[in-house]
Amino acid sequence: MEPTCVGTSVLRREGRDKLLGAALYTADLKVPGLLHGITVRSRVPRGRVKAIRFGEGIPWDEITVVTARDLPGPNVVVHIGKDQPCLASEWINHPEEAIVLLAHWDPYLLERARAAVTVEVEELDPVLSLEDSLARRQVIWGEDNCFKAIRIEKGCVDPVWAEAAHVLEGEYATGAQEQLYIEPHIVVAEATEDSVFVRGSMQCPYYVHHALVELFGLPEDRVRVVQMATGGGFGGKEDYPSMIACHAALLARKAGRPVRIAYDREEDMACTTKRHPSRTRIRSAFDIEGRLQALDIHFLLDGGAYMTITPVVLSRGAIHAAGPYACPNVRIQARALATNHPPHGAFRGFGAPQSLFALERHMDEAAVALGLDPAELRRRNFLRKGDTLATGQVVKEDLDLPGLLQQALREIHYEDAKAACALQNASGGPMRRGVGLAVFMHGCGFTGSGEVTLASRAGLEALPDGSVRVLAASTEIGQGATTVFTQIAADALKIPMALVTVAERDTDRVPNSGPTVASRTTMVVGKLVQDAALALRHTLLTSGLLKEPYGPDAFREAVARHLTERGPLEAIAQYQRPPDLQWDDAAYRGDAYATYAWACYAAAVQVDLVTYEATVEDFVAVQEVGRVINPVMAAGQIEGGVAQGIGWALSEDVRWHRGRMANASMTNYIMPTAMDLPPIRVFFQENPHPAGPGGAKGIGELPMDGTAPAVLNAVAHALDVQPRQVPLTPERLMELVEVPRD
Amino acid sequence: MTDRITLSLELNGVPRRAEVFPMARLLDVLREDFGLTGTKEGCGEGECGACAVLMDGRLVNACLVPAIQARDARIRTVEGLARGEALHAVQEAFLQHNGVQCGICTPGMLLAAADLLERHPCPSEAQVREGISGNLCRCTGYAKIVDAVMAAAERMGGRP
Amino acid sequence: MRGQVPDCRVVAPSSLPEALDLLGREPQDWRPLAGGTDLMVLFTAGRLPETRFLDLSGLSELKGIEVQEDAVLLGALCTFTELRQHPLLRAEFPNLVEGARQTGALAIQNRGTLGGNLVNGSPAADTPPSLLAYGAELELRSALTGRWVPCEAFHTGYKQNALLPGELLVRVKLPRQPGGLAFHYFRKVGTRKAQAISKTCLSLWARLEEDRLAELRIGVGSVAPVPFRARRTEERLLGASAAALPLAEAAGTLMDEVAPIDDIRSTAAYRRRVTGNLLVQALERLADWAGSESLR
Repeated sequence: MEPTCVGTSVLRREGRDKLLGAALYTADLKVPGLLHGITVRSRVPRGRVKAIRFGEGIPWDEITVVTARDLPGPNVVVHIGKDQPCLASEWINHPEEAIVLLAHWDPYLLERARAAVTVEVEELDPVLSLEDSLARRQVIWGEDNCFKAIRIEKGCVDPVWAEAAHVLEGEYATGAQEQLYIEPHIVVAEATEDSVFVRGSMQCPYYVHHALVELFGLPEDRVRVVQMATGGGFGGKEDYPSMIACHAALLARKAGRPVRIAYDREEDMACTTKRHPSRTRIRSAFDIEGRLQALDIHFLLDGGAYMTITPVVLSRGAIHAAGPYACPNVRIQARALATNHPPHGAFRGFGAPQSLFALERHMDEAAVALGLDPAELRRRNFLRKGDTLATGQVVKEDLDLPGLLQQALREIHYEDAKAACALQNASGGPMRRGVGLAVFMHGCGFTGSGEVTLASRAGLEALPDGSVRVLAASTEIGQGATTVFTQIAADALKIPMALVTVAERDTDRVPNSGPTVASRTTMVVGKLVQDAALALRHTLLTSGLLKEPYGPDAFREAVARHLTERGPLEAIAQYQRPPDLQWDDAAYRGDAYATYAWACYAAAVQVDLVTYEATVEDFVAVQEVGRVINPVMAAGQIEGGVAQGIGWALSEDVRWHRGRMANASMTNYIMPTAMDLPPIRVFFQENPHPAGPGGAKGIGELPMDGTAPAVLNAVAHALDVQPRQVPLTPERLMELVEVPRD
Repeated sequence: MTDRITLSLELNGVPRRAEVFPMARLLDVLREDFGLTGTKEGCGEGECGACAVLMDGRLVNACLVPAIQARDARIRTVEGLARGEALHAVQEAFLQHNGVQCGICTPGMLLAAADLLERHPCPSEAQVREGISGNLCRCTGYAKIVDAVMAAAERMGGRP
Repeated sequence: MRGQVPDCRVVAPSSLPEALDLLGREPQDWRPLAGGTDLMVLFTAGRLPETRFLDLSGLSELKGIEVQEDAVLLGALCTFTELRQHPLLRAEFPNLVEGARQTGALAIQNRGTLGGNLVNGSPAADTPPSLLAYGAELELRSALTGRWVPCEAFHTGYKQNALLPGELLVRVKLPRQPGGLAFHYFRKVGTRKAQAISKTCLSLWARLEEDRLAELRIGVGSVAPVPFRARRTEERLLGASAAALPLAEAAGTLMDEVAPIDDIRSTAAYRRRVTGNLLVQALERLADWAGSESLR
């Protein structure tokens, strides 16, 4: 049988269960003897706990109470560092620090109990902005408030300024963004003195596993983590599930009964991680022809109170900061700073959307200054095969950015659209139109030596009925991992998909294939699945049990015979660094990623000057993502990412008040409805890359990177203004176009 | 503590009864008292539509309906859409067009879509977008959902 | 769920007199409950102090739309969906219908009521500006008596209203215009295109006589502690020729007349300026409409 699955839009494997309401999410679990758990938090951005008081009228002896004193070992939820406590004991560093955990079977009593706990705090001056953190008004982390600093240098920018035909500067800012998965965080934990079992909504079961092992000091095989059906993640369920799992397990261990912690929407939005706010300063130099001569970029992220995964967000943001352009002299200086906000974390794009927003807005400003069309300015500067990126990485693939640009321009009818905009905008009415572009890339997989460190493992096992089961910890979070793994395995084994299932993500049963993040699941883990499938097939062929060509029945029979006659049949593949990839983490030089996905997006907007509302009317997303394994699902990833990008560009505004999110509700944090979005037109240019299975690259995060700058560039075109901040709410747009009234 | 009331209703065509608190949310009654966990909670404030069900033929957010107001109502949830093994036309269209990703908005989205097609058997794209505008989806950008609803309308041939 | 569900008592009277009787005896104790679209949100969040509720949803006296010769009577339990679907309302009171169409989304419109939208007292409610523009009156009833108050007098302060202890809002009366040509303009500026709370909202109704503004009512929402009628702006415009409306002056008056605030949804500056812009847009359309009407 010839491979037929990869490249076709086979239907979602778990789709039917989800459509019938039968898929089992964590909240749907029936657990006998279940207690509910809730969290009492600090509420002040910075301070010192003086006392915890348990008020009257509550039967405290019936309630399981956990504070930092109940911890079995070190008070830490481990990520990259070990600075974040599981429960704040003395020092409070953000307003949502967990201080007391309560559990009881009666949720209504628990609510009264929560209200009866008073945490007395001596408040200290908080640091609530990048400026204050930079100025070290208070030192709240380490010696200098800096989680991580990165410097990337290529050539030398310093001599360029004096001789360049054009030197431009701009400062750009992006706000925090809430992932707003529709299922809030939830876990169910069971625990004894020497074991912990957690089921929950999560992206990375082995991250949760690691945190529990550290917290409880248990052997790895005494901790079991199972991912339930998960209602969206987008990065938001990368690191925070470790925190909530630790809390639930602590309560369960003390109570001797299973405990569920389910955040309601308000708690989820206020307490859990968001996209890092950023500030980027760019100084650029162009020659007379519009060719980039130098880029000097200062990139800052607000990491919040603890390190969590901020250093790697910074890293990705810094590496992407120079964009898809060939520039001989680049200096990127990046720093992630501490503030007294709840820690910021992963959200689709992971730092790259922030720095690429700045660069792609800056390119449009440069086009205006140079008198060139924004498309033409970009075309003159595109990376080509053989060019080097900022880290010195050489582009080895057949990169065709002009081809991506050309298709985007054609699909958005660029020249006609520009002419129509000019006509409309000259008429003097309140409706203005504009069209804008962004060209960008997204590195696939973990940054630098990250994949080597992860050393992910994934594979397959044969089952007695002659079918095979994929073994990987990479989770299905809606993106289609289960379906894509099935396609890859079926093709490699030359069997129909009906003979392939994917194992439940249970740390007792599946190897650690790494976290479900970084656009790595299809490319990196999918490749391991493919390698393992090829190995398993090889075993069957060399054993003589299977002969080519074979049909499904022969395959099943061979598998079944192998199991009965020769014992278990399993193949596990482990990530191996490709020999031609080199990375120097100290110097930040080398191959930052095995490859990149490349894209050109174009947006057409209408702006109403009565209300200053910008509406995206048409959106074209053209990308090269290697081989597309499932076109309909891949398009679904792009469409969803573009929608999140439009939200970030125009409306999704986290409002802070003394370090807390002031608009922590779906009513007041404004993500787009179906009426707020245009048709999103998705196009793929295929260019198979050897790093991925069947030539596939990663795609999940890519659409987040270029959407906001494309939209804002279109607004800039419509109004002849230069917005430098997202979200560009109507309120901010008004300030740009109108003279203040008083 | 107040007395529980007897809640009788017709749930997916079947008469059901439960003893519930009058201010219990229909959402919790469906999930906990009747064990129908297909209806999801996304926000608890009537904003996301994940808990949308049909009550006496009208789309409502089950998180905003106190149990006492559901007495004698006809309720249809996601579990009541398929007929045996045969998916409802909107379910089938969502499957074929990848209108499902993470699946948490899907139950409410399906009921909104079914309700829309009852009222507008041949909807325009704008009508589809308005019809599902109370159902927030963070995965799809609504693109494939709109495709699926349009396709379901076509499949149903204008018949609700 | 942070509300204390087991503590809550709900009484569902079978008639309006029964409901009013209970309210009359224990006016402070009972919180009326209709469609639940606001109340249940507060209850779930644990932000509702009351634990005793008077479920009005079964009261037939508060339901239905009655069309009379010179007025339309809307029961307080009319849902936004009923308002949207009513042919006569669509023809004669399009601003109100548009406000209903832009309230929440369908699942909210199927449950939320006109009475609740008024009594709730939110300055951002979507129907009051149009009720003001159409000169609506509200019928308030207690066990002993009933009275009509102009919509304009109903909202007395932020989330406060003219209901006395023991009173319920039972009906809303919209006076029908006796023939003649009228101009209607409604625009809500929300935080998004559906499921949105208004940042400013302007509803304008005008009648011309011989090209001059003979009657004019402007209701605005979200720009003061209560929805209100912009009387000073109306006065500035009354009598003006449709062909020469003082756009800038009127907008300036309105921008002085509103008293918006900064909050998590918008800024005072935005609300003020956009409200002025909406008025200019309304008046420009009025002028265009008058021009095209005069050509007929």
